[in-house]
Amino acid sequence: MFLAAIFLILAVVLTPKAATNFPFFLQIVIYGIADGAIFALIALGYTMVYGIIELINFAHGDIFTLGAFMSMPLISAFGLSEGQSSGVVVWLLLLVITVIVMVINGGVNVLIERVAYRPLRHAPRLAPLITAVGVSFILEGIMYVWRGASNVHYPDLLPDTRIPLIGSASLGVKDIIVIVTAIVLVVLLTIFIGGTRLGKAMRATAQDREAAQLMGIDINRTISATFFIGAVLAGAGGVIFGLYFNSVRFDLGFEAGLFAFTAAVFGGIGNLQGAALGGLFIGLVQAFATANFLPGGAAVSDIWVFMILIIVLVFRPTGLLGMQVPEK
Amino acid sequence: MSAAPTGKTPSSPADGIVLQLDQVTKRFGGLTAVDNVSFQIRRGEIFALIGPNGAGKTTLFNTVTGMYKTTSGTIVFQGKDITGLKPYRVAGLGIARTFQQIRLFSYMSALDNIKVGEHHRMRARLWDSLFKTPRARREEREVEAKAMELLKFVGIEDQAYNYARNLPYGHQRRLEIARALATNPSLLLLDEPAAGANPQEKRQLMELVERVRGQGITILLIEHDMKVVMGISDRILVLDYGERIAEGKPQEVRTNPRVIEAYLGKSA
Amino acid sequence: MNRRNGRAALTTDTAMRWASGWFQSRNRTIYTLLIIGALLYPSLMDIVTGGEGNHWIGTAAFAGVFVLLAIGLNTVVGFAGLLDLGYAAFFAIGAYTYGMFASGQLLASPLHHEFHIPFWVMLLVGVFVAACFGIILGAPTLRLRGDYLAIVTLGFGEIVPRLVQYLGAGSPIGNWTGGVNGIAAIDPPKLPIILTGPWFGLGTPFGVVKNFDFFNPLAYPLDFYWLMAILIVVCIVLATNLQNSRIGRAWMAVREDEVAAAASGVNTVAIKLTAFAIGASFAGFAGAFYGAQLSLVSSDNFEFIVSVTILIMVVLGGMGNIPGVIVGALLIYTTQYVVLTNLPDWTTSLATAVGLTGLNQAHGDWVGLHDEVQRLNYLIFGVILVAVMVLRPQGLFPSRVREQELEKGTEEQAVFDLRAEET
Repeated sequence: MFLAAIFLILAVVLTPKAATNFPFFLQIVIYGIADGAIFALIALGYTMVYGIIELINFAHGDIFTLGAFMSMPLISAFGLSEGQSSGVVVWLLLLVITVIVMVINGGVNVLIERVAYRPLRHAPRLAPLITAVGVSFILEGIMYVWRGASNVHYPDLLPDTRIPLIGSASLGVKDIIVIVTAIVLVVLLTIFIGGTRLGKAMRATAQDREAAQLMGIDINRTISATFFIGAVLAGAGGVIFGLYFNSVRFDLGFEAGLFAFTAAVFGGIGNLQGAALGGLFIGLVQAFATANFLPGGAAVSDIWVFMILIIVLVFRPTGLLGMQVPEK
Repeated sequence: MSAAPTGKTPSSPADGIVLQLDQVTKRFGGLTAVDNVSFQIRRGEIFALIGPNGAGKTTLFNTVTGMYKTTSGTIVFQGKDITGLKPYRVAGLGIARTFQQIRLFSYMSALDNIKVGEHHRMRARLWDSLFKTPRARREEREVEAKAMELLKFVGIEDQAYNYARNLPYGHQRRLEIARALATNPSLLLLDEPAAGANPQEKRQLMELVERVRGQGITILLIEHDMKVVMGISDRILVLDYGERIAEGKPQEVRTNPRVIEAYLGKSA
Repeated sequence: MNRRNGRAALTTDTAMRWASGWFQSRNRTIYTLLIIGALLYPSLMDIVTGGEGNHWIGTAAFAGVFVLLAIGLNTVVGFAGLLDLGYAAFFAIGAYTYGMFASGQLLASPLHHEFHIPFWVMLLVGVFVAACFGIILGAPTLRLRGDYLAIVTLGFGEIVPRLVQYLGAGSPIGNWTGGVNGIAAIDPPKLPIILTGPWFGLGTPFGVVKNFDFFNPLAYPLDFYWLMAILIVVCIVLATNLQNSRIGRAWMAVREDEVAAAASGVNTVAIKLTAFAIGASFAGFAGAFYGAQLSLVSSDNFEFIVSVTILIMVVLGGMGNIPGVIVGALLIYTTQYVVLTNLPDWTTSLATAVGLTGLNQAHGDWVGLHDEVQRLNYLIFGVILVAVMVLRPQGLFPSRVREQELEKGTEEQAVFDLRAEET
């Protein structure tokens, strides 16, 4: 009902724009989905960590940036550089690099959890929130020291080939890669959480930590796994962000993380599909606002995102796909 | 105990009915937790609610106190329809409760826990609180004295400045009752007050319940211990699977075949 | 024992007991030290810097703004247990309310009129406006549980600075806020008459100045410093009164157990709204002062990081304990805006002093000690946050009970674990 109302309003606002110049509209939708796919990958980590230990992990956005930063030396180490023909070898090497980054990223996040969050598991609720902010500063600090304060060029390795669609609209190979990567990872994650033993342990721990412990689930291991998987997805997000936008900066994850967290809440925190949907939604709203489809134009695109977030939460306090949890 | 809590002057009709439930039903999705239950509680009695686990007793409490919205039916308290009122409004009208799992304000002193119960009767406005006006000071003194008396009434005055979390279990139960009494109720709902207590503590608690009733406060009680229930109650209502299966004086209920069946199972 | 000795002993005894009672209470000790420190600070700075203490005195007044903010956020987070991640928005609202109505800004707006409403009036207006915004935001959202509220406040905190930036020149409804440029040349506070004396700097003669303006070089920045000190005292008194009142108790009850609070007759939504509005009004108060002292407001000063900084001050100082959060605010402010800001210069001077001037020059990958140290700012601050929180999860000066409880809590945990192993 409420969802219907939101889509109706959006449809009313957007239909005239789509009607006047459909190819342009389509192009904006493509950009929005590609952006949203990256937000979705970060949002998944937020939502998983929140679901399991109720921590707003402010450092998660920086884990995403870390993924992008770590892939750069790997790219040179594997001998990849701009202007090369994008043969199968390049694709394979990129895949290998991404996997390495994902694993390292996961390890880093597990380490962070051990040092900065685990000692505080029984501490007042806000203490780990502050250490998360601290870790965020540390990660940004490391990347700042490493690559400086300004934008860093990220090698442009993917072909700029575009597949023409209707009129002036076209679908870039880069767009496809971003979107396909995100979809594949989300599907894999869903299968993992739904089907494996560890996935079940994670869901059980999220529901009731003490009960899960009594059932013989190793809580520490499960939480570590959650941080690992979250960072793996964020790492992949970081690499494809670099490949897509070709520019990264040490504090990139701060704002991206904020939006991704918003996406997670928007979709219903703790809910994987919700986080993916929230990411897409935010990507689209930003794209529409930037393209002047929404009143105010690009200058107020973020205002739209947060306004819609607040309105959604007022009418559906647990987010779009969140469950109504009875008061314990 | 002259200064201990006294019930509100009766505002209900002369028939002396304090609480009346009329065909109250509460459903959660497909599960009917309370099914078409009706009963009346008379002023000054101790009315017990019993039934096997999952019979819907606590759900009924939550429905009466406004924590759950009724699916259908009406609840009338002292002649006023309170169906669908918010919990704080219900409390303000004179229904106080305790919880099966004790819910105290852990990091507040015993005294402060009780003072919270008096919150809704205090008249100090924001202005008074900000500037500690003479009016606020006077009221604070009154509330403090009243809270101390309640602590004495339940017998834990030496715990006044200890934090609720640090009180022994039995004292926490008493503190919860004192906090409920601080709202100046006409009807007190006790959800298994003797749970987890040893026989001696149970006796003391029941003696306390009797004393509360002696102050003119009507009591609605959930209790599992049959010895306790039979000993203290004036009337008993038995629920099973959300349905009312029996109601009457203790000896009537004890011999009711349906009750025996519900408790012991059909095979018995 | 003769009578005289007895009496003397008695007096000493009373004094001793009075003194030990005073100092036993840690909070009183903190307050005593803060008062002494605040009184001596200006002279001390003048002596240390050889008469050039003005910069440090001005800095202290700005630190005071954060003390006010921490006291305010503490009512929301520490007392009522509501996580507010957009507190800087209310700070911005206070600052801009003053900026707009005490400068030439609104001449450019569709109103075409300059307002120069006195600071003292605007201080109250700022409080009122911020409280109104708190209520507008809180009323529909305070029924949200826990962290959903946090995210709504985060959203609000993101919206306000962006909106302020947008409503500058060229916005569809006119230039209200000066946009990215902010509002400059904001009026200072004025007094019809003021007594001058050594409190405006040693050697300032006693006298009476009429039509006193707070940027008067005779007294600046000490006038702001003392004004700030007075405002802080007022806020401490008000916040402490609230804490010990009917409302403060209800806040804590809601924080501890919302269901039980409602069952005890507390209108939980209304009481949370009160906390939110009061928290906002403290920020509005601080904002108006900030605008007046800086004489400039700009949306950059109210971004998410400011909200986070205030939250850090509160949590690190010791949530729920007013002197604790004051110390937290002073420590974090000093770390961020004094130590880390000046650390590059200090290390450079140190290198020069010990004869390692070579370090100060850039060669190769080394960009020079100054810039290398500056690069470490984020890292150092992050390490400090993590280290302090891991070592003292309850904050530096928590309310005393909490501290005991935390120790007790771990003991209970151990007992529980033992039992679990036995079975």
